[in-house]
Amino acid sequence: MSEKKISRMQRWLLVLPMLMAFGLGLFLYQGLGKDPNKLESSLLGQKIPSFIGESLDEPVRAIALDDILGTPSLVNVWATWCPTCKAEHAFLNELVATEGVRIIGVNYHDQRAPAQDWLLRLGNPYEFSIYDPKGQLGIELGVIGAPETYLVDAQGTIVDKHTGELNARTWGKLKPQYDALMAQQGQ
Amino acid sequence: MMKLLSAVLLSALLTLASPARSAIETYQFASPDLAERFTDLTEELRCPKCQNQNLSDSDSIISKDLRRQIKQMVDDGKSDDQIRTFMVQRYGDFILYDPPFKLQTLVLWLAPAVLLVLGVLVVILLRRGKDVSATGAALDDSEQARLQALIDAVKSDSNKESNND
Repeated sequence: MSEKKISRMQRWLLVLPMLMAFGLGLFLYQGLGKDPNKLESSLLGQKIPSFIGESLDEPVRAIALDDILGTPSLVNVWATWCPTCKAEHAFLNELVATEGVRIIGVNYHDQRAPAQDWLLRLGNPYEFSIYDPKGQLGIELGVIGAPETYLVDAQGTIVDKHTGELNARTWGKLKPQYDALMAQQGQ
Repeated sequence: MMKLLSAVLLSALLTLASPARSAIETYQFASPDLAERFTDLTEELRCPKCQNQNLSDSDSIISKDLRRQIKQMVDDGKSDDQIRTFMVQRYGDFILYDPPFKLQTLVLWLAPAVLLVLGVLVVILLRRGKDVSATGAALDDSEQARLQALIDAVKSDSNKESNND
């Protein structure tokens, strides 16, 4: 056994912890930028499960999955108790006015009167809102909290999902997919 | 007087405490078996909103809804696996505290084993290195004599110094 060989081995052992620490650092670093609230939804790429809901405006009117289908749409989960929903509301109005996007609301864990009042005061960007006071439709959609926005194609497949405020920047991420769906629809 | 005061304080405390206690709803089950499955499932599944709480711990809206959903499904005679599948379909693997073995969770599952093997390797290499250096560094007779002489010299030096004090 030569001494040279021993020292080479020992030097390698000295470097090993450094390499491991570096590897761990790299692994943790790439996790830093991740948003822990952004969860994958297994419903992406799948159809919205069929449901029967109730219209927010007309309690007697039943709303089913078929009412959503037909054109690519955004399904926006909102509530009057949710500050971020208030923050994004003006942008939703703008989206309807300027781009003609069809938005369907899911009024999540809310009360009918204040919700109707909210739409009267702040404007109503929704073609209709589904009244979901117990979050039952929310469970079917995999809703975690409000606001959430689903991009749904004409056949009811969930193409993408945005958790949190929808604004000019976050819409930028959904828009290309929305435009592609609209282009398909036009053909 | 003190008794009255403490009674008033105690009742005030209890009144204040009651909203928190009533936050978790109670469910009635047809059999203790169903109740146990409900408890197990709500403890095993994770609240999608709150990172580090299970469904039974969490007071969030979504956890309350999911507890109601699980209660409903347990009552409807759904199996534990059916309930888990239902949840994973909607909330992803995140909802499982016990994630399945697949490509995305490879690191999670294999890292402990890999680290253990690495650790054992390091220990083996270190021990072998020590054995080698022990035999390799053995002194021959003349070196041993010189070492002893040096030690003696240092010893007598320090003896002298302490005598001088």
